Amino acid sequence: MNGDVTDLVVIGAGPAGLAAACEARALGLSVILLDEQTTIGGQIYRNIEAAPPDRREILGEDYAAGEKLAAEFRESGTDYRGGTSVWNVTTDGTVDYVAGHSATVTGRCVLMASGAMERPFPIKGWTLPGAMGAGAAQILLKGAGAMPSGPVVLAGCGPLLYLLAWQYLRAGAEIGAVVDTTDVAGYVRALPHAFGAIMGWRDLSKGLKLLATLKRSGVPVYSGASTLAIEGETAVEALTFKHRGKPVRLSASLVLLHQGVVPNTQLSLSTGLEHHWNSAQLCWQPVTDEWGRMGDSALYVAGDSRGIVGALASAAQGRLAALSIAKQLGAAADIAQRGTELKRQLAGHTRIRPFLDALYRPLTEHRVPPRDDVTVCRCEEVTAGQIRSYVDLGCLGPNQTKTFGRCGMGPCQGRFCGLTVTELIAEARGVDPEEVGHYRVRPPIKPVLLGDFVD
Amino acid sequence: MATDTFFSIPEPSAAGRVTITFEGEPLSVPAGISVAAALLAGGVKTFRSSVVGGGPRAPYCMMGVCFECLVEIDGVPARQSCLIPVREGMAIRRQIGAVELQFGAGEEA
Repeated sequence: MNGDVTDLVVIGAGPAGLAAACEARALGLSVILLDEQTTIGGQIYRNIEAAPPDRREILGEDYAAGEKLAAEFRESGTDYRGGTSVWNVTTDGTVDYVAGHSATVTGRCVLMASGAMERPFPIKGWTLPGAMGAGAAQILLKGAGAMPSGPVVLAGCGPLLYLLAWQYLRAGAEIGAVVDTTDVAGYVRALPHAFGAIMGWRDLSKGLKLLATLKRSGVPVYSGASTLAIEGETAVEALTFKHRGKPVRLSASLVLLHQGVVPNTQLSLSTGLEHHWNSAQLCWQPVTDEWGRMGDSALYVAGDSRGIVGALASAAQGRLAALSIAKQLGAAADIAQRGTELKRQLAGHTRIRPFLDALYRPLTEHRVPPRDDVTVCRCEEVTAGQIRSYVDLGCLGPNQTKTFGRCGMGPCQGRFCGLTVTELIAEARGVDPEEVGHYRVRPPIKPVLLGDFVD
Repeated sequence: MATDTFFSIPEPSAAGRVTITFEGEPLSVPAGISVAAALLAGGVKTFRSSVVGGGPRAPYCMMGVCFECLVEIDGVPARQSCLIPVREGMAIRRQIGAVELQFGAGEEA
């Protein structure tokens, strides 16, 4: 297997990666697709091929829509390699991965489609068992049909939180409360983008339907909540917050936190190519041309790992990248017509995005913890107060926090604390996150066993 | 209200069941699900202890990003239980603190 050379290596089997592979195959390119999971679909269409009908019904039609793409992919003739962890990508297209053994493939081009991850939600108590991401709980539902055993509290903001509440209601799960942190300022911020939202009325009406179902269900909803914190000794015991100026304490053993998703940029950052701070989505994103190519390298990025756009837009981006790659490799002469069609689709699917970004912009206090005792780096247990003390001593950016206190040096390699650390330092220094910069990410970007390299 | 498990799996197991062990105790779980999902539904609340303060930890992201779900699987430490499917006979243990280098151990399963 070592040393395979192919036209295109795709990393990630979510909508962007699957669609790119299909498009590239249709244009006659040879394609190898690598994915960390053992099933295709990414997180959004997780377990799409094996989920039983009842579960699909609960998850809704946007999930079931993944079936068509999965089927197209299976027919595409892509060399699919699931259960593989990519740990290195070079700018000239060499990809190293492990799958119980080590292997290398070389793509004349490489498309990185590593998707999104939930934005960290650094509040007091968020490291306790029983506090987890709402997206994580949705993965448990998609992948295992797992439901909360007791009344669950959903807290934060963003479409995924309301979607999960809707799915739980359909499945008959007991929701103790929804604690919504969307603030009044969010509606004001979102107003100038309302026209775009109306133009993207399909997405807007879906969202409104979810909220209406939640309202009808009788589940207590605390709107405009702030100052979230979790109490507990060895596991979650309660969620506390402020609501209409008053402190509230809700007993709960399972609290699902969510305040949006952000690009999972670990792979693209590890290439050393340029990224910039997106001040609307409050995250890093790779700098690409309109097709997704990074500089003049062999590397492309598509989907949520390039900036949050959602599943359907991700698929369109994947296909656009494949078109450009085919042209670059001389496999397609004229891509203008197909390109125009795909760009039109992409524009349609992203019309509502500025509205969502503005409305569900997470509260500053839930991104940059004002409390000194909140854990920011969960792996090495570095607190907000410690990071601020590093800045007092002259620490300028995330990479220096490593020397000060091992921040970002645990097994997650800074994936989970990176955005928080950047914003925290930016606030403490009084400068823009762009100036503070991001962790320098180096391969291997996944833990590898020495045994994988021994025959 | 305290419950014995954070999650349960009410569906019948279409793909059958397998038996794994956690800290030596057998658990019968649906085939095809992740180790992390199986442990959560099996009533495991603490997967590991943190490396500095020794605090209890459990999965946070379920998609391979946070590394909170690290456990020892079949003698190999620091495995991401959210990414690994259950297999008949799998022996899983809590990961306590930081991993020590073990020479001669950790044969790949």
